[in-house]
Amino acid sequence: MNAVQTAPASRFAPVLLPAAPGVIATSKLPAKEPFDVERIRADFPILQLQIDGKPLVYLDNAASSQMPQQVIDRLVRYQTSEHANINRAVHYLSETATAEHEAARRKLQRFINAREEREVIFTSGTTDAINLVMHGYGRKFFKAGDEIILTTLEHHSNIVPWQMLAEETGAVIRVVPINDAGELLIDEFENLFNMRTKLVGVMHVSNALGTINPLKQMIAFAHAHGVRVLVDGAQAVPHLQVDVQDLDCDFYAFSGHKLCGPTGIGVLYGKAALLEKMQPFKGGGDMILSVTFEKTTYNTIPHKFEAGTPPIAAAIGLGAAVDYLSAIGMDAIAAHELNLLNYATAQMTRMPGVRIIGTAKNKASVISFTVDGVHPHDVGTLLNQEGVAVRTGHHCAQPVMARFKLPATSRASFAFYNTLAEVDALIDGIRNVQKVFA
Amino acid sequence: MANYKALYQEVILDHNKKPRNYGTLAHASHHAVGHNPLCGDHISVALNFDRECIDDIACIKFEGESCAICKASASMMTVAIKGKSRADAEILIHEFLAMATGKLDLDRPNHIGRLAVFAGVCDLPTRVKCAILPWHTLHAAFNSVASTSTEAENDPMRAPIGNA
Repeated sequence: MNAVQTAPASRFAPVLLPAAPGVIATSKLPAKEPFDVERIRADFPILQLQIDGKPLVYLDNAASSQMPQQVIDRLVRYQTSEHANINRAVHYLSETATAEHEAARRKLQRFINAREEREVIFTSGTTDAINLVMHGYGRKFFKAGDEIILTTLEHHSNIVPWQMLAEETGAVIRVVPINDAGELLIDEFENLFNMRTKLVGVMHVSNALGTINPLKQMIAFAHAHGVRVLVDGAQAVPHLQVDVQDLDCDFYAFSGHKLCGPTGIGVLYGKAALLEKMQPFKGGGDMILSVTFEKTTYNTIPHKFEAGTPPIAAAIGLGAAVDYLSAIGMDAIAAHELNLLNYATAQMTRMPGVRIIGTAKNKASVISFTVDGVHPHDVGTLLNQEGVAVRTGHHCAQPVMARFKLPATSRASFAFYNTLAEVDALIDGIRNVQKVFA
Repeated sequence: MANYKALYQEVILDHNKKPRNYGTLAHASHHAVGHNPLCGDHISVALNFDRECIDDIACIKFEGESCAICKASASMMTVAIKGKSRADAEILIHEFLAMATGKLDLDRPNHIGRLAVFAGVCDLPTRVKCAILPWHTLHAAFNSVASTSTEAENDPMRAPIGNA
């Protein structure tokens, strides 16, 4: 008899199906201490892959990180026993899905230490979150001549929306330069402020160089001048303990897929008072309280900014991902990654013909590099032949490349599941590139 | 299946290191610049047709910033088409694009010759563009007017040839 799958006696108390068979045992959250990278790696099925007979060495985590079994299981459980549309019907599944979706919001709230859960808006990712601020805040409050301060380090996603706003409103973009190490020139940053400065857009951690920016200092300075600050935290949240109240930023944007979660989900944190003043970005269902053809009343935050059926499974998966990361501990993650960064940096610094681009004192586990006489694409293809996955190109940060007069770099970016042996594989791979092109 | 690992073999590495017909052509009759927006690479191709036999390519030069695959492809392209008629060069362009995208049967009669070293690139979709950029640019150059062409008007990545 298959008792579990028998139809429930009462439609209001259905029997929940178990998660996919055989995976429940692996779904426990990892123990906090001590940091055991091999045990953590066992949680990531994809890390067992072989690429052309060579073990995968996945060093493209800044582009997207991999997903542990715990998150995969959570997605399976949601789709097999919890899915319905949220915020709508009174039936069991809709209420379950709504509860789980909102539980995920609270997990994200705790993860970044937001004051209130309504300050956590689910978006499709960092790009969507920044565009939300541009449309919701920028288009409502900016006028001709208002100034936005951005930095040379910014990803295109924190440049292009503001250029679009500048084109539409006549606002002006000012850019903070960087030094040869890839660090922001804070004096220059402070000199850019004037009466017309309205917003600072700055990334927490540079995706192209790894630089960790002195956010607290910058935000305090901006606030002293009455200027709001939007932080692109896409590269910071996976690697550092982020506390938005401690930073005191006005907006903080990040993506789920760089955080061991699914693609298509991200977060915009915003201070409640600001979010309430902003206009909606997208119109549709869920973001309204009432609609007539004469007048529509918008919903309260966060729903005002979440028009339409959201990626419910992705949000719940992201909730599971931050549970997973929190169980390991962001401090332990940061410590392990710093160890990988220092080990790789020491080795690569000693290699003739290899140049590290971005040597900030305060860096996350990202190494952009060039190999003399070899185009980054050739470096990437040859490393791939050894199973080593790195990113090559301009990293959606062409102003950074222009600053260093480079068309592109190769970039190795480490996650907490990478090992010192994998750094060795990268180094051996670079030596092989040099041998081929000798 | 062609083995992409064969890409970084001697012929390609040699043409990358010592590109043939590299440089500018002072009085080119046809010229185009090809740009790969994915990586910022660019190749310019300049050529002159023969003064008497006006269908034949008398001189061809290329230069630019690119990866080894692209540079070697450009170098070997110039060697392959020098002295050929425009019609024959167009046939070779079509065959090369077909080969790079895995649509050419190398066992059937073709004009690929030594260019077969690029066959493996079809296994690497992100690198196909590197190999075909010079060929798209050559095609754009054939259709250019002197050197007045601009990149936007003659973007070789958008030139309507083949399915590549």
